[in-house]
Amino acid sequence: MRNAIALIVILSGTWLLLSGHTSPLLLSLGLVSVAAIVACAARLELLDEEGVPVGLLPGLLRYGPWLVIQIIRSNLDVAKRIVNPKLPIHPTVIHVDATDHTEVGRVTYANSITLTPGTISLDVSEDAIEVHALTEEAANDLMSGEMGRRVQRTERP
Amino acid sequence: MSGLTDLLSMALLGIGTLFLLIGATGLLRLPDVFTRLHGASVTDTLGAGAILLGLALAAGWGLLMGKILALLLIMALLGPSTAHALARAATHGFRKPWLHETDKAEK
Repeated sequence: MRNAIALIVILSGTWLLLSGHTSPLLLSLGLVSVAAIVACAARLELLDEEGVPVGLLPGLLRYGPWLVIQIIRSNLDVAKRIVNPKLPIHPTVIHVDATDHTEVGRVTYANSITLTPGTISLDVSEDAIEVHALTEEAANDLMSGEMGRRVQRTERP
Repeated sequence: MSGLTDLLSMALLGIGTLFLLIGATGLLRLPDVFTRLHGASVTDTLGAGAILLGLALAAGWGLLMGKILALLLIMALLGPSTAHALARAATHGFRKPWLHETDKAEK
């Protein structure tokens, strides 16, 4: 029920944002579309924690700003290496432990790794994430496990 | 729009353009498909991010700003998905990453 309400709010918000219409006719048409989508999603049993992960929202709001700062930091680092005439890169492939994460947590972790320049997740398995790192510093940063711990706090509020 | 937001918006657009250029340079300079993806993610995150933020400031308060910010969120979700798809396809296509150690050993 909570997930259905959350989906209604999200869809209505998106509809209003993208259309910008406020006339009664169009609003009611929008409402009908939202109702139809939520009904379909309910029949397809998509309204579980995986389909509408509202429980993750408070954690993500805390995790987001930290991730943005990390992205800017590693962006500057990668940009500096690209424009450096000597091209000081040391590509390495490492395996990051992901045993203590739920499924959603592993996806969040792998996506965060890819979103941060300098590291890309190559493969995700049950217990580890295979990561290609542009530099040893980026690899060591990831191996220190701070991002993993923060993702863990995100998935279990 | 006040002069300050104008200036901030222009600065963000300038920064974004600079990082797009650096990302493109990375695509040309880096040695293999995996390292090139790192260069591409610079354009994806800070390049596109700064330009979209600059555009949102230029748009001012309103629906357009909301749409641009929504676009920013979509970019943040799409970027890693496509990058991971490319990287995974490259690994499963048996492309061996160019590694620093092997490079030293060959020399």
